Formats: sequence, C-alpha cells, structure tokens
Amino acid sequence: MSTQPGEPVDLFVTCVVDALMPEVGVATVKVLRASGCAVDVPRGQTCCGQPAWNAGFVDEAAAVASTTLDALDANPGRTVVVPAGSCATMIRVYWPTLFELAGHPDRAARARSVGARTRELTEHLAATSSAAPVASVAGAAVACHHGCHMTRELHLEDAPLEVLRRAGLPAAAWDGERCCGFGGTFSVTLPEASVTMADQKLDSLPAGVDTIVGADPSCLLQLGSRAAARGLAVRTRHIAEVLADALEAAE
Amino acid sequence: MSDEWPLWSSTLRARTAAAVGDPVLRRNVANAVDRFAGGRVTALAGLHDADELRAAARAVRADVIDHWAEILGELADNVMAGGGHVCWAGDAAEATAYVVDVAGRIGARNVVKSKSMVTEEIDLNHALEERGCRVTETDLGEWIIQLAAEHPSHILVPAVHRDRHQIAEVFDRRAGRPDGPADPEVLTAFARGALRGRFLEADLGITGVNFAVAETGSLVLVTNEGNGRLVSAVPRVHIAVMGAERVLRTWDQLDLMLNLLARSGTGQPLSAYTSITTGPRREGEVDGPDELHLVIVDNGRSRMAGTDMAEMLNCIRCGACLNVCPVYRQTGGHAYGWVYPGPMGAVLIPLLAARGPDDARAAEASSASTLCGACMEACPVEIPLQDLLLGLRRRKAANASARDRLVWQAWAAAWRRPGPYRESNRLALRSRRLLPLVRHLPAGRRWIEGRTLPTLPTRTFTERWEAGDV
Repeated sequence: MSTQPGEPVDLFVTCVVDALMPEVGVATVKVLRASGCAVDVPRGQTCCGQPAWNAGFVDEAAAVASTTLDALDANPGRTVVVPAGSCATMIRVYWPTLFELAGHPDRAARARSVGARTRELTEHLAATSSAAPVASVAGAAVACHHGCHMTRELHLEDAPLEVLRRAGLPAAAWDGERCCGFGGTFSVTLPEASVTMADQKLDSLPAGVDTIVGADPSCLLQLGSRAAARGLAVRTRHIAEVLADALEAAE
Repeated sequence: MSDEWPLWSSTLRARTAAAVGDPVLRRNVANAVDRFAGGRVTALAGLHDADELRAAARAVRADVIDHWAEILGELADNVMAGGGHVCWAGDAAEATAYVVDVAGRIGARNVVKSKSMVTEEIDLNHALEERGCRVTETDLGEWIIQLAAEHPSHILVPAVHRDRHQIAEVFDRRAGRPDGPADPEVLTAFARGALRGRFLEADLGITGVNFAVAETGSLVLVTNEGNGRLVSAVPRVHIAVMGAERVLRTWDQLDLMLNLLARSGTGQPLSAYTSITTGPRREGEVDGPDELHLVIVDNGRSRMAGTDMAEMLNCIRCGACLNVCPVYRQTGGHAYGWVYPGPMGAVLIPLLAARGPDDARAAEASSASTLCGACMEACPVEIPLQDLLLGLRRRKAANASARDRLVWQAWAAAWRRPGPYRESNRLALRSRRLLPLVRHLPAGRRWIEGRTLPTLPTRTFTERWEAGDV
C-alpha cells in the first residue's frame, strides 16, 4: 500500500497513549504531518481489547474491540496508523479470531479489511519514502527495544531501526528482542518475575546508552517505571518523540 | 498423583517470587539456557533448510496423532511379536501398579533408572520405594536432585539451577563423599564411581522413551551419558515407560525427528548416545535383558486429541521452548510447580496435572507467560504455544471467580462506549493527586511495588485533539 503525500491517514491512538502518554500521540501526529500526511483521529475509538483478550475474557474483549472497529471502519480505504506494535498486532493478527470466537463473523470480516490497511507507525514511516525530513539529534545514545508482538507476529524488526537511521540516530546493538517482562496482566499477576525481567533488560544495556527507544508504549512504560524505581539515569522515549525532537531541531 | 508437587501447596506467584529472589539460581539458569539457545541457532543454521524440516516434522507429528490409535496398536503388536510385554496404562496409578507388580514378581531390590520425565509424572520412584526397592537415578543431573530431594528444574538438565559448588555440597552431605573440591571432573568421577556399582547390582532397569517406532516395535532412547544404555541392557529386566504420544510410524520419521531433537534442545547435532532397543535379548545375543516391558501411559493425553489443545500432543520434549523463554530464564523450573516447566509446562500443567476441569491451581500455569512468542518461534514441530496458552486462559476465564469476572465486565461496560471511556480517562487524570490510593487496589499495589509510575499528564490525547491543541 502506498500513501501519497497529502493523503490522509487515520490515527488509532491506543488507550495507553491516550491516557498515560499523550505526548506520544502529539509527537506521532507531528511526525506524520511532517511526512506529508494529513492526520485524522476517528471519533469513537477506545481500546483494541488486548488486555481482556490476553486474560481470556473474549466477550469483554470483543465488546470493547467492536467499538474501536466501528471507529476505524468509518473511512474505508484509509491507512490506519498505530503508534504501538502490540495494538497493531491485536488488530491485524488477533481481531479476526477474537470476533469469530465471540460469534461475530461479520465483524471478523470487517476486522480483516481494517487489519489489511493497519500499519504500525515505524512500518508506515519506513515504507513511505517521503518520511525522512529530519535532522540528526545530537547527544543521545540510544538502544532500541523491540516489542515481542511487533517482532514475532508482524516481523517488523527492521522498521524502527530504519527510521532511527534516517533520523541520524543509529541504535546501539542490544539484546533488544528479549521480552521486557510487561506482558499486560502478567505485570501484575507475577510482578516479581515481571520486574526481574525488566532488570535483566536494563542491566544488559550497552555502556553509554542513555535512552531506550521503542515503538511499544507499554514496554516503554514497564522499562521506564522500573528504571525510575531503581534511580537509573536511562530514559525511555517513543520513537515518535525522538523524531519529533529532531523535527523541532531542524525547524 | 503425588501431593508433594509444589503446585498443590503454593501459588504460582509465591513460587516465581521465591525463584527470582535467588540470584545464584537466576545466574545458573540464565548461563545454561543461553548456551543451549545459542547452540540451537548455530546447529539449525548448519542444516540445509531447518524451516523446511520443522514444517515436515510438524506434518509428521500431526499425521501420527491423526492415526494415533492405529499406530500405537501397530507398535504394541510389534513389541509383542519381538518378545516384549505391553501395558496400556490409563492413568498414573495403573502405570505404577504395573511396574511395582513386575518388580514384585521378579523380586527386584535394586532399581536403576535413566532420566524419564514421564516417570516423574506418575511418581514412580515413590511407589517403588514404598515397596522396598532402592531406586537410583543414573543421569548425573537427575542423581544430584534425587540426592538433594528436589524435583527436576529442566527437562534435559534437571540440576540446571545448581552450580558446581552447590553440587559438591550435595555430594559431600548426601552421597558420603569426604569433603572434596568443586571441580567438575572430580565431581563427575565421583558420580561415575558411585553409580557404576549401582548398575552392576541392579536387577531392574527403568527408562523413558524418546520415540517409539511402530513399524519395528523399536524404542529409542537419547542420552548424553550412556547411562540409558547401561540401564536398559545390564539388569535382567528392562521396563520402558513412554508417554502415549511419543510414537512414530517409521524409521524415516525417526530420522527426521532425531535431526531436530538434540539440535533444538542442546544444540548438538545428535546426543552422544542414541540407543535403540527392539525386543529383549534374543538367543545368541550377548547383551540385553531377559524381559522387556513397554508401559504406554495415557494419563490425560487422549483427552487432548480432537480438541483445540491437540497440537500439544506433537511435542517431542526437546526443551527448546524452555531455553528461549524469558520467564523461565529468570525463574528456572521449580516455579512452575510440576513435572514440566517453561512454556511446555504452562500448557501441559493445566492439561495433565489438573484434578478436574475447574482446578484453579493447575489452570494458573497459563499465566506464566508474557505471550512473547519466543517459544513458538523455537519449537521444532511448530506448536503454536502462544495460541494454546490463550486458549487455556479462555478456559480459565470461563471458570473465573465472580469478582474477577466483574472486573472485566465493568471494564468492558465502560470502554465499549466512547463517552464513558473518555470520561474514565479524564477522571483518572483529574484525580491524579489521589494516585497514592492506587496502593489500596490489589493490581495497583502489585504494579507500584518495584516500579515508579511516570508523572501523569494533565489532559488526555483525546482532550488535546478535540481542543485543537495538536
């Protein structure tokens, strides 16, 4: 799918960004606009239903996902951009099964069509050649955390790295593919294991790295919250925020 | 089934918390699984087309399970035609009763075993010990944990959680070794010396079965220490205990599986010993037992056939999923509380250990995963472990307490409508000075112990967008 400059895209903000990290949403809009897209935020969107889906509560997940499906289905043909790899995975990989299991084959069919035009943010940016208007950001040494779903289900390991490279911010080599330990409800079901997994990631950061970047807000929340609790100097930032900074620096 | 498994006396959270609180355990486990997982990648890269082989292996296993009863029947016929005996054990009690019966009939006093997870599953050692037998595990790791009175913490390397200093301590305290150095060669030599006598004294040898080949009635045992060969060939009687799913039709299929088994588990092209037993010792043969018994253990497996969990019957117990699992890497195997740990265990515990369909203790195992998918990617027979875990969580949710269900229903009632969704987020941010109250919610407390939330924003993205501030 190609998005021509100026062609509008729909943004699915996701609940975590909406309520906890609105700056990521603002940065995403800024970056998309800079890449030549007009941005719409379809009204009525809430959450993709992933928390309940991962906990096994199908009807509850489907009820919430239906609302977001309706919102994202309002502009047929438009690319839907998601600044969260695991929510993009939920839509593309799991929505059809979710709606089938919940007894809504019609919604499953609509979910397939929405899924076919849904793109994770860095995937979208890497695929649209106009998306490289940024100057390099000096000073930060970054390592990239790859969200598990984004890596293994959507096979988008290169997209965030490519986008970072174009921004003049090559990411240091890191054991970025190993899970951060968030896992949705896992983080509160088995908090001690979850925190230890975050520690393992943080402790394996290459020397000199001061910023962990990624395309999954919930992973960044996990790693950032743990780093803060330990008083570590490392920051976590969404790639959209890093790119928005670079745009500002170029202005 | 044994009441001694931690599964029945503690929660998953308590077990994982205890495990991750032990830095020595974490270091030992991480070192081992990193070595194995790295070895797996290298070993598979040496194959012409590993992914093609994995797909072929999946197809073979699926075909076997589709024709399971027929192939098992062929196996049993051929084992008996070769002079062996076959026991069909519906559950753990039937399996142990048969083995104890044979031990009684032959007057067995000294039993040697090679490592077998299915005999752990049916708690065979206790049953034999109660009957007065001395049971000796002869796999080095398994012997260590037998001495330490522990359960295995990895299906390939039962003592993976212990380092050489801890092993030296076990030998010194429990095996009568005069305090000696914690040197791997010295430790191994001590074990070899101690175990050699046990092999020679044994009147009954018990092994597991990695694969059984139906077309010739052959039992395949894979080890790295050669102990399986001694256990199956030296004592007068050999009993092989197999999980009923571990069957293949042909030697060609075995060839394919052996190509993947050790490569996936330890990164070896082949294990050091692949022992194949076809019937007891025949006339004119020098080695082998007078009697060979094959115990085919169902113990919940046939219940999985034809369900959404059937693909778990394809598992060849290679251990790859343990080695790549980021949860297992931090906790080791004991945290899972039962025979099988790691992603394999998170699926098998609810299916095989559960005492009834609404056993909450067993169902809890499916929570021991972040659904990261690393296991699925590593599985040599491409079992969709993540999908199976989701399926098990759906079963668990169907049996959830009214309170747990209510939480999700309340969430869905609010977030299925844009108005209440927005209002709930808005209110949460407006009242962020009340954030410390989060401590009084169970989930909130579990989050903020060990984690510091970022400063909350003053307005949601939606509010800013609608105000035209974006």
